[in-house]
This record gives sequence, C-alpha cells and structure tokens, in this order.
Amino acid sequence: MSAVLPTQADRGGPAQPLLRVNDLSKYFAVRNGLFGRVQQQVRAVDGVSFSVAKGETLGVVGESGCGKSTTARLIARLLKADAGEMVFDGDAVGTYGGLALKDYRRSLQMVFQDSFASLNPRLTAIDTVAYGPQVHGLPKAAARQRAAALLARVGLAPEQFGSRYPHELSGGQRQRVNIARALAFEPRLLILDEAVAALDKSVQAQVLNLLQELKAERDLTYLFISHDLQVVHYLADRVMVMYLGRVVEIGPVAELYAGPRHPYTRALLAAVPSMDPARRTEQSPLSGDPPNPINPPSGCRFRDRCPHAQAVCAGQAPVLRETVAGHWAACHLDDPRSGHTEAPVLLT
Amino acid sequence: MTHPLLSVRGLGVQFIGERSVAALSDVSFDVAAGEVLGLLGESGSGKSVTLRTLLRLHSPRRTRISGQILLDGQDVLALGERELQRYRGGVVSMIFQEPGMAFDPVYTIGDQIAQAVRAHEDVSREAARARALQMLDRVQIPQAKRRLDAYSHELSGGMRQRAMIALALACKPRLLLADEPTTALDATVQIQILLLLRELQRETGMSVIFVTHDIGAAVEVADRIAVMYAGRIVEENHVGEIVASPSHPYSAGLVASTVSAAHRGHVLPTIGGSPPDLSALPRGCAFAPRCVRASARCGQQPALVRDGAQALACWHPVDVVSAR
Repeated sequence: MSAVLPTQADRGGPAQPLLRVNDLSKYFAVRNGLFGRVQQQVRAVDGVSFSVAKGETLGVVGESGCGKSTTARLIARLLKADAGEMVFDGDAVGTYGGLALKDYRRSLQMVFQDSFASLNPRLTAIDTVAYGPQVHGLPKAAARQRAAALLARVGLAPEQFGSRYPHELSGGQRQRVNIARALAFEPRLLILDEAVAALDKSVQAQVLNLLQELKAERDLTYLFISHDLQVVHYLADRVMVMYLGRVVEIGPVAELYAGPRHPYTRALLAAVPSMDPARRTEQSPLSGDPPNPINPPSGCRFRDRCPHAQAVCAGQAPVLRETVAGHWAACHLDDPRSGHTEAPVLLT
Repeated sequence: MTHPLLSVRGLGVQFIGERSVAALSDVSFDVAAGEVLGLLGESGSGKSVTLRTLLRLHSPRRTRISGQILLDGQDVLALGERELQRYRGGVVSMIFQEPGMAFDPVYTIGDQIAQAVRAHEDVSREAARARALQMLDRVQIPQAKRRLDAYSHELSGGMRQRAMIALALACKPRLLLADEPTTALDATVQIQILLLLRELQRETGMSVIFVTHDIGAAVEVADRIAVMYAGRIVEENHVGEIVASPSHPYSAGLVASTVSAAHRGHVLPTIGGSPPDLSALPRGCAFAPRCVRASARCGQQPALVRDGAQALACWHPVDVVSAR
C-alpha cells in the first residue's frame, strides 16, 4: 500500500510481548450526599498486570463492572490511567524517550459494541474508513482507494455499500465498516470490546470468521473483550478473568476451561447454558449480583459470593500465583501457605 | 393437546405508515396450560410483535391485525377497553428485557406492586401491601421488607428483574409473556433468573411464552420451541428435537452456528446474508435468498405443516440422517 503513512514495524522480534501492562489502575471519583460533598472512589481497575504476545488473541471475560472495558479504554489511551505503565513492543508508552502517543495510537485500534454509536451518521461508509488516514496526511485519492480496498476485504462491495450512510446499513454491515476503519491504519493490536455481542447469531458467526481471517492475513494481535464465554473459548489463545477491577485468573484457554482454579471462574463456566435439555442447570452456581464496586469487600473481593470463603479471605487479598506454567490464579485456596484449611498441603 | 390455554390462528400484523411492514404473517400456535413455549428468532423475526399483539399493546390506528387469538375460549382481539384492563396483568402479564423501564421511578417498588393488586382485586391497602411483600419474598429478593420501600434505581439489575417478575405475577396471571428477560443480565445472574422463572412456573402452573434470540437460554426453560423468521413460524418442535435434529435449514443453520468449543480452530458454519427487510419481503419463502437448499419451488410460500409434535414450513427440509 502507499508508503505515505509509515507502518509500525516489528522491533523486538517474536519473543517480545507486543504489549505489557504493569499495575494499571484507574479510580473514578463518585460524589455523594448533599452538594456532592462526600467523595468516594470506584476502583474500576486496580493493579492489573498482563502481557499480550505477538499474534495471540487474549480473551478478557468478566461481568459488568469488572473493569474489562475500562482496561481496554486505558490501553487505547481514551482514558488516562492513575497509575501503571504500558510497554508496547519494548517501548514505554507516552513517557520521555518512549513511544510517542501519536505513533502508539496508530499501532492500535479499537472496535466497540455499539456499531451505530461508533460511526459518524453524516459520513458514508467509504468516507468513514478514509477519514483517519486522510487526517494523518494521506492524500484524499489514496485514502479513498485504501478505504475501497478495505471495504471489499471485509465483505462490503465498495460500489454497492461505499456511498451508504450508517442508518442504511444493517448491524452486521456497520460492524464490518467499523472493522475496516480500524484496519485503515494498519494497526498491530486490535482491541475488540464486545464487538460481536450486539449482532444476531447468524451474523455473529460471519463476523467471527472474518476476524479470524484478518488476523491470519495481517499478523494482527487481538485483545478480545467479551462476556460470552463460548465465543472466547472459540477465539482466544489465552483468557484473562476479571472480577471487580482485578485479575483473578489468567491462563491458556484449554487449561482454563478444563481446569478453572479460581471459584469465580468455575462459577462463570457453570453458568453457561448446556444446550442439552436433558442436562439442564439445576442449581445456580452463585447467588446474588456482583457487588457495588464503590464499596468492595476487604481482602478477596469475591469472598462474599464465594462458597469457600474463610477468615483469611477477609484479612488478606490473594495475589496471582503461577500454579501450572502460564496459568495464574489469585485465590487462597490455591496457595498452600495461605492458611486456608481447604488449600492443598505443602509437600516438602 | 385437547384444550390449549392459548390458541393463535392465522395471526397477521401489519404496521401501516409511509412504508407498510408485514411484521407477522399467518402465525398459528397453541400453548397448553402449564407449558413453556420458547419463541426463538433474530431481530425482526416477529417474536416481540407476537407478544405485544397478545397483550394488544399496538396502537390500533397504525396496526392492522388479522386472524384469531383465543385465550381460554375468550376472543382476545374482540376485547373492549374495560375488559382489556382486566385482561392485562390479570390473565396475561408481561416482563421485559429492560426492567428499569417497567417501573415508575418516582414510586417505590412496594407501592407499584400494591397498586397493581388493587387495580385487579378488591382488597384493602394493607392486604395489597402484604401481597407485595409476599411476592418480593417469593422471587427471592433478600431483605424483602426493606426493598418494599426502595425505588427501582436503588436496585441492581438482577434485583430489578426479580422485582418486575414479582409485579407481573402479583395478580396470578395464567399466561406470562417473557420478552428476553435475561438478555441484559450478567451470566451468573441470568442463570439465577432462568431458574427462578422455572421454579415459579412449576409452583403456579402458569403457562409461559419465553422470547429469546439465545438458544442456550431457551433450552434451559422451554418445553417446546417455535423458530421464527421474517414474521413467520418456520419450525416448531420439542426442545430436544430442535437442538438435536432441526429440520428447517434456518433452524439447522442457527443451531450449527452456535459457537462452542468444538469449533475451535475451524471456520464457523454460517448462514450467508442477513435477515430480510420486512417492508420488502421476497416472494415465497423469505429465507430462500439465504438458503443453500433453495430451488425454484421456494418462490411459493410453503405452508406450516403439522406432523405430530413437529410443525415445519419448508419445501426442502434438512434430511435428519445426513445432517448428523
């Protein structure tokens, strides 16, 4: 493609993670009481660390309020983090001597859940896709040419769909435009925040297939955020489970689904409908709703919904421990030294 | 089924406006007493329109309804305004996807349930409030006494959905219409609500029509499933049969494209194209343009043919043996 926009080349080689996130935190202030005097904080993301390898798909799952979308927005720098750092292919992001924000933003793009709200209603499909590259200095003709090629690639014939406005497209078609727009910068990391959640099932499968093809074709890396555990199982290489702003478990997809270590992960997996009327769920794996993130329980944040909670869980927040290679969980049950009576006995 | 509670025959709904839209065409189905029927379909398939028509919620000025709806022998489409008030909530009740919209934000939950009770039954204020408390207890809202005086915005999503179920069931309806009641909820809360609905259905013996786009949720609660496409029922059968051996190419495509672990590393089977525009439906079978089995014959609308438990509207059904 035209070389006016420099593309971000691989620098660190395949072994270096594309993105490393260290201790990322974001607190939102909540005003309460008369004249908004009492100030409280929602710890939306609280000390989250992980890395995404080149070419992998990291699935992020969790319920509403767990901080998965905030994490995505922090990574995309739509929000500024209160603490923590990000390293993109070896370069610290947004620090002196590191990767400039402008270049960082170009190497990463985001696709949102609401395909309609994320498009400008006054731009046609082709203008939407051509807009970004044009702003970044690509001549108009070249930008439109690139946009037409991208629309064709995502399955929208440019001569038929290029001149349509968002309201003239179906949900699946709009999401394809969003994907084409995200690809217009030739990003290396694509953050998909519930990108297929609002689509009809038959269309969802089409878009998932498209995402898989594009990934292989363009050496993309995906951060795939979803509440749908089956979709994540299908798409992801590794899975990160979040609960109230913290990572409770992270591991390779097959291992995590076959042997979940955290009680919350187990409950999430048990809540997936069975698709077999002979084996219907008889008992709810968890009771109650996710608690209010303004006032999370002390120690382990999951303890007031956890069937295994003990005194240790209230006193001390568990940290992520690697149990099997690459499989981390933050639970006292998993730690022989924690003092939890159901924890495995330490063999020395 | 000797004497169904609800019997719908040849129901058609047309919205009239700048462009007329055939939202429902020739829909016929029965629901027996104590039965849970799942209506499965994508957006625009007519599943919500069916529910709203059963409650007569559409504006009569802009809607043309044909066909017949009999509920326990009573002709629903012939009800007058006064009778409709008794019918809505008293005989048939509905719960929605967004429970925040079902409650008035300026009245407490308890007041609204009590008000609904008093609108249908001649009981005292105290008795109505006692019933409200009993209902909140029944839907397993913790600290029900305190929640009675809560406003809807003070409750979490799952709690609000429970409160709406309490409101809907306060007057002991015989048929509950559930319009995607768990779609907006988190997975661990969704399963709680599905289990609650199943339990309440068993306890009260009411019938339920459960509308969803999620096969998984339908399988958890429904006895029978009717699959809808472009305003028509295309297939109907026991839930086990629909999941294990769907006959209509659309149902088969839906079941096949449901993502599961087994698909890992493979391309997902898909149905090409997208759902049709209801104001410009193709002649004949509306699914034909997306169907791999379509032939010239599909230019003619296939009738919904009943054979035992199954009903099917297709010229070229999927051969069960070859599909497996």
